Amino acid sequence: MANFIMFKSLALLVGASALALPMTASAHRQWLLPVATTYSGEDPWASVDAAVSNDLFFPDHFPIQLAQIKVTAPDGTAGAIEHGITARHRSTFDVHLTQPGTWKIGTEGFNVMGSFKVDGVEKRVGRRPGPPPGAMGPGGAPAGTPGGAPGRAPVESVALDAIPANAADLKLTEAISRNEIFVTRGAPTTALFKPSGKGLEFDPLTHPDDLVANEPGKFRFLIDGQPAKGLKLTVIPGGKRYRDAEGGYDVTTDANGVATVKWTGAGMYWMTISATDNKPTTPRATERRMTYTATVEVMAP
Amino acid sequence: MKPSSLLAPVLALAPASAMAGSISIDLPRLPVAEYHRPYVAIWIEGAGIQPRTVAVWYDADHRGDPGTKWLSDLRGWWRVAGRNIGTPPSGISGATRAPGHHTIPLPADLKPGAYTLKVEAARETGGRELVSVPFTLPRTGGKGAGNGAGGEIGAVAVTLP
Repeated sequence: MANFIMFKSLALLVGASALALPMTASAHRQWLLPVATTYSGEDPWASVDAAVSNDLFFPDHFPIQLAQIKVTAPDGTAGAIEHGITARHRSTFDVHLTQPGTWKIGTEGFNVMGSFKVDGVEKRVGRRPGPPPGAMGPGGAPAGTPGGAPGRAPVESVALDAIPANAADLKLTEAISRNEIFVTRGAPTTALFKPSGKGLEFDPLTHPDDLVANEPGKFRFLIDGQPAKGLKLTVIPGGKRYRDAEGGYDVTTDANGVATVKWTGAGMYWMTISATDNKPTTPRATERRMTYTATVEVMAP
Repeated sequence: MKPSSLLAPVLALAPASAMAGSISIDLPRLPVAEYHRPYVAIWIEGAGIQPRTVAVWYDADHRGDPGTKWLSDLRGWWRVAGRNIGTPPSGISGATRAPGHHTIPLPADLKPGAYTLKVEAARETGGRELVSVPFTLPRTGGKGAGNGAGGEIGAVAVTLP
């Protein structure tokens, strides 16, 4: 039972942590890892792991919940996950690639977080990270409830539509995140990359299933359809467990919003990029945080 | 190390036949416990032309299963040509071949120009290798160009018409 509570509260945490925490070497990362991104044959299946952990792609912390996974077929219709299991440290599932072309598999998050005061008492809106997992201990109560982390006064959390009219010092942040992989049966297609013109979007000039170690990948990022220049794309190769250093690096988008990424070798890479502005769509919110994350496979030449 | 990797590159100048050009490929015999014949793709690249697949040798009837699932293991060919073809048509596909010397015709309709012959092999429980042999049409001086490699592919030669 205690484990169940911990899982549940951490599942919520997962939704917010990548957005709320600064990117540090120890930040828990959400990742999707396809066994391969390029498939031939008449009846291919893509197999995927999904987890949250510090090291890429080493599942030692928590699984991503299968219910969060969304599959889009090359023609834009919804696909399905099959054979899904959620284990202690990771979820695993298959996607039957019933159509030729490029498929998108990923998670989407939309949260509104913030705080306000009523009669001088601070209250919270939406999901906020609680204490770290270890702080709860066996049988520990979730954050924000009596008996939670010692020394921390419980703060009431209310739903967005329950903010009272007399709320003061209202600060609301809209947090939008996507985390995606792309797998291709046969020739790559680009229909799924057509920008919607809303939020932070991935607009690859090099197809993410056409990456080779000796050729740079060029990825454009857009915010509300306009080039997102000067953003920092963090690129981290997998396999840190077998190295001393993580080996990650940052690439800044140019005036056209394009990040030109050189690879340090063949393998799987995790990339993430974030932007913050003051153009939220949620009424009364003042800030919009957008994060895009993808795992890509770079082949040997 | 595989014994075949000790072979020095071989310049194989096959005797030119009367008119037609040819491509010859040696598949090495490998002293391994579990040997499967390799998948092999042979194609031609050149400025201004789409990569042109000359032959794909694969296991089209793998115990009743179309062996196309493994074509993407020929990753170089798959990227430039294979993935656009899908199931290789009968004109270029063929069964996997045993170790030894194999000769196939060079396409007769190549226009004058500089080309590169590519031969890629990938073997179940084995390795993968790509060999490139540049050649120019019409030939100047020598009768052909050759190149050799190590593990999965032996000597490769283009005999020019």
